[in-house]
Amino acid sequence: MSNSNPTEIVELDVRTDEMLVNMGPQHPSTHGVLRLVLRTDGEVVSEAVPHIGYLHRCAEKIGENLTPRQFIPYTDRMDYLAGMNMNLGWALAVEKLLNYDLPDKVRHTRVMISELNRIASHLVGMGTYGLDLGTFSPFLYAFREREKILDLLEWVCGARLTYSYITPGGVTADLPSDWIGKCRTFLDQFEPQIPDYHTLLTTNAIFIKRTAGIGLMPAEMAIAYGCSGPVIRGSGIDHDLRRDGDPRYKAMYEGYDFEVIVQKNGSYPKDQVYPAVPDEAILGDCWHRFYVRMLEVIQAIKLIRQAMDFYEKASGDWGTPIKLNTKLPAGEAYLETEAPRGQMGFYVVADGGDSIPRRARARSSCFSNLSVVEELCRNCLIADIPAIVGSLDIVMGEIDR
Amino acid sequence: MVIDESLLQKLRERFGDKIAGASLQSIDPWIEIAPEGLVEVCRYLKDEPSVAFDCLNSICVVDYCETDPKKAAKTSWQPHLEVVYHLTSVQRKTSGVIKVMLPRWKDGVEGEIPELASVSSVWIAADWHEREVYDLSGVYFVGHPNLRRILCPEDWVGHPLRKDYVMPLEYHGIRGR
Repeated sequence: MSNSNPTEIVELDVRTDEMLVNMGPQHPSTHGVLRLVLRTDGEVVSEAVPHIGYLHRCAEKIGENLTPRQFIPYTDRMDYLAGMNMNLGWALAVEKLLNYDLPDKVRHTRVMISELNRIASHLVGMGTYGLDLGTFSPFLYAFREREKILDLLEWVCGARLTYSYITPGGVTADLPSDWIGKCRTFLDQFEPQIPDYHTLLTTNAIFIKRTAGIGLMPAEMAIAYGCSGPVIRGSGIDHDLRRDGDPRYKAMYEGYDFEVIVQKNGSYPKDQVYPAVPDEAILGDCWHRFYVRMLEVIQAIKLIRQAMDFYEKASGDWGTPIKLNTKLPAGEAYLETEAPRGQMGFYVVADGGDSIPRRARARSSCFSNLSVVEELCRNCLIADIPAIVGSLDIVMGEIDR
Repeated sequence: MVIDESLLQKLRERFGDKIAGASLQSIDPWIEIAPEGLVEVCRYLKDEPSVAFDCLNSICVVDYCETDPKKAAKTSWQPHLEVVYHLTSVQRKTSGVIKVMLPRWKDGVEGEIPELASVSSVWIAADWHEREVYDLSGVYFVGHPNLRRILCPEDWVGHPLRKDYVMPLEYHGIRGR
C-alpha cells in the first residue's frame, strides 16, 4: 500500500463490492440450522440461497422400517414445537388407510389437544419474531403463557415437547379427571393477556416499520410455491384445511363454530375488536402473516372452549390404539392436516399382509414455505432478512425431517 | 372427488395413449400418466378451469423392490418406481393424485438413475420437491433448472430411500452403522 496514492485508499475504504455472506447455520434468527448464502452489495441483498439439510435424519426411511405406532415418536421430532399436530397427522393418515372410525370422545380430545398445541406454537412464533426484530420482552411474555400450556400437556401425557399422545386408533390415555377445569382456568387467565401482545408488537410503531410492506408475497406467488397455513392466508387466500380439507379431517371439526382468519374485502373477521390494520401494511407482507397468527390464537381458544363442552357431554371411551403389529391392508392413503405452520401431509403405502408400511412420506409445510425465500429476499436489505424469514415461522426439524 | 370417470374420459379423449391407466376405486383415486406425456397433462390439469390443480403439494417416489429373494419371488409386481404427485386446487378446494411408473434403473443398467421430465415449468413448487426426490430416491429430472442434492450433502453417494440402498460404513471420518 506504500506506493498507492491517498485518493485510491479513500476509494477502497468507501466503495462497496459484491460479497458472499453466510448467514447461519448458527445465526440465532434463522430459527435453528438454516443457512442462507447472501450475495450482498453493501446493505442490499441481490440473492439469498437457502441451504437446508443440517437436521436431516431421513425420518421417511425410518418409517419404512417401523410399524405405524412405533413411528409416532419420530413425528414428534419433525415439528417439535407442535408435536401433537404431527402425531395427529400421522394418526389420521394411518386411520384413513385402515378405515378406522373413532368414538366422539377421542375426536373432541384431539381437537382440544391439537388446538392447545397450536396456541403454544404460535406463542413461540410470536415471541421469537420479536427477538428477530430486536425486542426481547414479548418473548418472555409468550414463554410465560406457553409454559402453562406445556404444563397442561405434560399432565396429559408426561412429556413437555415430544408427546406421542395422539396415536393411530385414539389417544394413549384419557384426560386426567380435573384437567378440563384447569384448562378452563388457563384459558380464562390467558385470553385477557392477548391485548398486551398486540400493544407490544402488532400496533407497535417500530414493529410496523420493520414489517409492514416488507417481504410482499402476492397470492399467485404463494400458491405457485405451494405455501400453506398462515403464510398463504396472510396473502389473502381463503384456504384452511379444517374447513376445506380431506373429509376425514373435516369430520373432526364437524359441529364446531370457528372462522378462517383471512382478510376479505379489506377487513379481518374480528377487525372491530382487535387492532386495525395500519395504513402502511399491504396484504401479503410480513405484518399480515404475523397478524393472521395472532388472530388464529383467538380462534383456537374458541375451539378449545367448544371442545371442552363437547367432551364433557360425549359418550364412549378414549379409543383403542391399534396394536403394534396391526397388519396394514394393501393400499395407500394421503392426508393433510392444518398444522400451525401449514399443511402437513402424511402418505402411507402398504403392500398388505405386513405391519410395516412400504413407504412413509411426510410432506412438510415449512419446506414449501421456505422455498419462497429466494424470491422474497431478492433486492431487500440485510436487516429485512430476519424479518422475512421470521414471518414464515419455520421449524428446521420439519423441513429436514 | 375430482378424479373420477368423467375426468378420465376427458383425458383419454384428449391425450390418448399418454393416459396409461387409473385406479378409481382406491382410497385416493389416481390416474397413471405415461412418462412422455407428463408435462402436457400436468399443464392441462393446471389450466383447465374445471380441474384447476393450481398447487403442487408433494412429489414422492415409492420404490417397489424386494431385497429378500424369498419374498421377491412371491410379489405380484415387477420391480419399478412410482413417482406420485399430490395436487390440490386451492380455488376449487379439491385434491387429486397422479402417478408415473418408471423403471428402477435407466436401460436396466444398475446405478444409472432413470430420467423423467421436470414439471417445474408448470408448478414452481416442483423445483424443491424434485430436488428432494432426486436426492433421496434417485430420479433425474430432465429440464430442471438446478438439480442438486437438497437434504443430503452434495458429495453423498447413493439415494437413501431406494430399498436396496446400503448405508455407507464411513463418511468423512464419521462412522456409519
